[in-house]
Amino acid sequence: MLYTRSSFHSSFDIRNKLFDLDFTLFFSILLLGVISIFAQYSSSGGQFDYYSKSHAIRFLVFFIFFLTISFVNIRFWNDYSVLIFIILILLLVAVKFFGVQSQGSRRWINLFVFNLQPSELMKIGIILFLSNYYHKISSGDVNKLRYLFYPSIALLVPFMLVLTQPDLGTAILILISGVVITWLSGVKWRIFAYLSGLCIILAPIGISFLKPYQKSRILTFLNPDSDPLGAGYQIIQSKIAIGSGGMFGKGFLNGSQAYLNFLPEKHTDFIFTLYSEEFGFMGSAFMVFLYFLITFRITRIGNYTRSIFGKLYCYGFATAFFIYVAVNMSMVLGLLPIVGAPLPILSYGGSSMLAMMFGLGIVMSCNVYKNSTVG
Amino acid sequence: MLSFNSSNIVSKTKTISRRMFLISSFKAVVLIGIFGRLASLQINNSSKYRSLADKNRFRETKIAPPRGIIEDFFGNEIASNNKIYQLHIIPDSTPDVDELFFRLKNIIDLSPRKIFLLKKKISKKKSWDTTIISDNLTWGEFSKVNLFLHELQGVQPTVSIARFYADNSSSHAIGYVSEISPNDLRTKTYLQNLNIEGVAIGKTGLESSLDEQMLGSPGYLRYEVNAYGKKVKKVATDAGLKGKTFRTTLDQNIQILSTEALQDVSGAICVMDIYNGDIISMVSSPNFNPNSFVHGVKNNEWKELTENIDKPMLNKAVSGLYPPGSTIKTLTALSALENDIVSPKLIVHCKGYIDLHGERYHCWKKKGHGSVSMRTALKKSCDVYFYEVSRKLGIDRLSVTAKKFGLGKKVLQNYDEEKAGVVPNTRWKKRELGKNWYLGETLHSGIGQGYFLTTPLQLSLMTAQIANGGFKIEPRILVEDNDKVGDLQKYLNHKSTTPGNVMSLTDQIYNFNLQPLFRNQENINLVKDAMFAATNEVGGTSYRSRHKEKKFRFAGKTGSSQIKRFTEKQREAEIKQKDITYLERDHAWFVAFAPVQDPQYAISVLVEHGGSGSSAAAPIAKKIIKRVIERHEIRIAQKKKLSGKNI
Repeated sequence: MLYTRSSFHSSFDIRNKLFDLDFTLFFSILLLGVISIFAQYSSSGGQFDYYSKSHAIRFLVFFIFFLTISFVNIRFWNDYSVLIFIILILLLVAVKFFGVQSQGSRRWINLFVFNLQPSELMKIGIILFLSNYYHKISSGDVNKLRYLFYPSIALLVPFMLVLTQPDLGTAILILISGVVITWLSGVKWRIFAYLSGLCIILAPIGISFLKPYQKSRILTFLNPDSDPLGAGYQIIQSKIAIGSGGMFGKGFLNGSQAYLNFLPEKHTDFIFTLYSEEFGFMGSAFMVFLYFLITFRITRIGNYTRSIFGKLYCYGFATAFFIYVAVNMSMVLGLLPIVGAPLPILSYGGSSMLAMMFGLGIVMSCNVYKNSTVG
Repeated sequence: MLSFNSSNIVSKTKTISRRMFLISSFKAVVLIGIFGRLASLQINNSSKYRSLADKNRFRETKIAPPRGIIEDFFGNEIASNNKIYQLHIIPDSTPDVDELFFRLKNIIDLSPRKIFLLKKKISKKKSWDTTIISDNLTWGEFSKVNLFLHELQGVQPTVSIARFYADNSSSHAIGYVSEISPNDLRTKTYLQNLNIEGVAIGKTGLESSLDEQMLGSPGYLRYEVNAYGKKVKKVATDAGLKGKTFRTTLDQNIQILSTEALQDVSGAICVMDIYNGDIISMVSSPNFNPNSFVHGVKNNEWKELTENIDKPMLNKAVSGLYPPGSTIKTLTALSALENDIVSPKLIVHCKGYIDLHGERYHCWKKKGHGSVSMRTALKKSCDVYFYEVSRKLGIDRLSVTAKKFGLGKKVLQNYDEEKAGVVPNTRWKKRELGKNWYLGETLHSGIGQGYFLTTPLQLSLMTAQIANGGFKIEPRILVEDNDKVGDLQKYLNHKSTTPGNVMSLTDQIYNFNLQPLFRNQENINLVKDAMFAATNEVGGTSYRSRHKEKKFRFAGKTGSSQIKRFTEKQREAEIKQKDITYLERDHAWFVAFAPVQDPQYAISVLVEHGGSGSSAAAPIAKKIIKRVIERHEIRIAQKKKLSGKNI
């Protein structure tokens, strides 16, 4: 351990490490960030108001944060992943008691500078924790019932905490991220099949716990035209906005659906709709490509990382990242019900941005320290 | 921590990589799905969504187009558009509608009932739609509203246009406009695009029959609105297309005179150009103020109009049905002559009555006319003579002649409310009443009583067609855009331009494509001569109303249509018409043509319950004929102007 510690603080080493950054990933993120600032600017009706300004500042701050994390040795994240996870669990518990309430749900903790949403960070925390866990246990133990106990608890506790905030979208995304890592680690199909069976049996009970608005969202998704001015309104207006963008879009700041407020939540969940309306199919396809490129680079970093922790983390994060993007896009394209899932980096939201940049930072650190062995 | 051997790492890596490959494949599938969906929305269905987005984005307010104008023959506007002051409200920009009405109540005239109705109207509309609070403010009210505008948020004082009628004289001929009723929307398909606040549509007369052409096409104001319906900016405006303007054959001057002439009585007057059928005047009395309907007629005014026994809303000139009385004797005589039933030299002795088949038929003159020829019988309107003629003629032959001269069918196409009237014959009675014809009914029909029913317009047409020498004309009230000269008019022009060239009747008919209504024109001339005698010779029925000045001389036939037949007792007591109750008095008729030496115009005058034609109707005709003839030169000049050099 000592020989690496010493190199960690060498300024010469940092300069060398600078070239170990994955520049494709680096510039993709930077480009996405710049696009996101323009999109937020347009979403504010073509002005630098509170939303667009704070989004731009956050991106700059968190991009620096991302770079900083990139140069922290991967071993550090492995060592502290359990601690980070426990802190996040405690934050989620704290939300239950001291959380800021808004629109019927309690998701935020007031940090005076901004309201932190620990559930967003938990998306990364769960990946970190499980990567670390499966890194530690031997391949032979993976399928032993005893070794399935911890990951199950580690998965269910944050899941339940987030679900009861209530925040179905984030809870599901946390669950999926965890399941993906578990599965990647070699847990047998059979076990997942049993668990799925159990879920199907328990689903009716679960549905009875859903809030009425959550039920209506699912029903609305199944038939959006049934109530065009009610819950289906968002899906219909989003489809109209995207569809009316056509091949080349209506032009920057010219999206009538967004500009005239027909589009709901245009700063957050529906930011892709706004972008798509203004830049058309060409712009949207480029955006999808950019996200895919980022996912691909993360996976590639995973391929070249020697440590199991690094591999699991990169693969897990790549998959989670892809799922966030896919869920959000499918949602605004009317392929999935509206569950409240932001689009990474593009959507307005400090916690989401922090979580993504944090997550990407660790990925970059895997690349920079790809040859490091992890304890 | 260093207890992991390399084989463990290798096997783990293998599993992870294999499973990651599966996940990556899954990602590729999802990616293709998203691409496909994007392409489907933005490429395949983009036009559909673009139109949906525009539907979201644009809100159109239709603007009422200016209504076409109705002019008289000389271009005077009978029905025009006037500037009016309106008050509009947009609930969207009003903080409190109730409070607004409370304030408005102190500024303009608003009854609680009106406020209640307006609030109901507003609640039915979208909050960004305009509602008209008051559509005809006085200038005083309008300027007061403008003064207090700062405390009347959401109120828009607007200058608009509305129908305006200069006077009441043409209220029946032109009709009136009023707001669209639910029934209008159902029955009139052309209103589909025109159901706009402030659009008034024609309800009667020409306003109704020309409605579709006069409405024009609506303009619009297109606004971009946001999701809450608030107008963001005006995108486009279109003033719409003004409705078509129509020129009528009416002479406003004569219309006013006719109206004045009928001021104190109930009746109708029609004046017609005997060569081209132009209706120069057509009035019905009493009339109404058509302006009252433009902004919605007041309840008490409507009640007054509908409860009046003289029926001011009825256009008596085309919809009033009356037995023609003695005016039909012109046709009875003509029919008998044309069918060679009698000779004009036939002498009948009138002793005041005639007994036929055990029944007694009275002449209007109790003492009788003595021995009369046809000319004298027409001149003095001897009933006994025409009892004898019609007995020989028979109803079926009389009805053929009557129909030929325009009775029993609608004269114009422009009036939905026009009535066809009745020309009875044996077949008609069998069909309509299921009974056989009696000879007595022939006698009554021969003097224009009984089943005969005519309108004043029909009788003016009849007179015109006798006066023009017995040729068919097509009456009209509208002047075409490219005014054609009628066949008869062409012949007339030819005659006046080449005075020396006398053409035989057959040549006239052949060359000018005329439609004669006679077999022998001598018969027509005989009737015309008898009508001359009736007005201009001592003993004639309308002698007292004659014009002494040669220029204005006319020839006419009086008539009275019985409301109730006199009982024998009344006849013995020599009861005068003026002694019986108003509603039982006879209707007075007078038909005439003028000037006698060169006939140009025909007139029919009806005075309801006027008693006798000679005392009630003929003096009115006298006045109007004078004015019509005085204006003859101006009319000819205008005719020439309208039809270019053709005339």
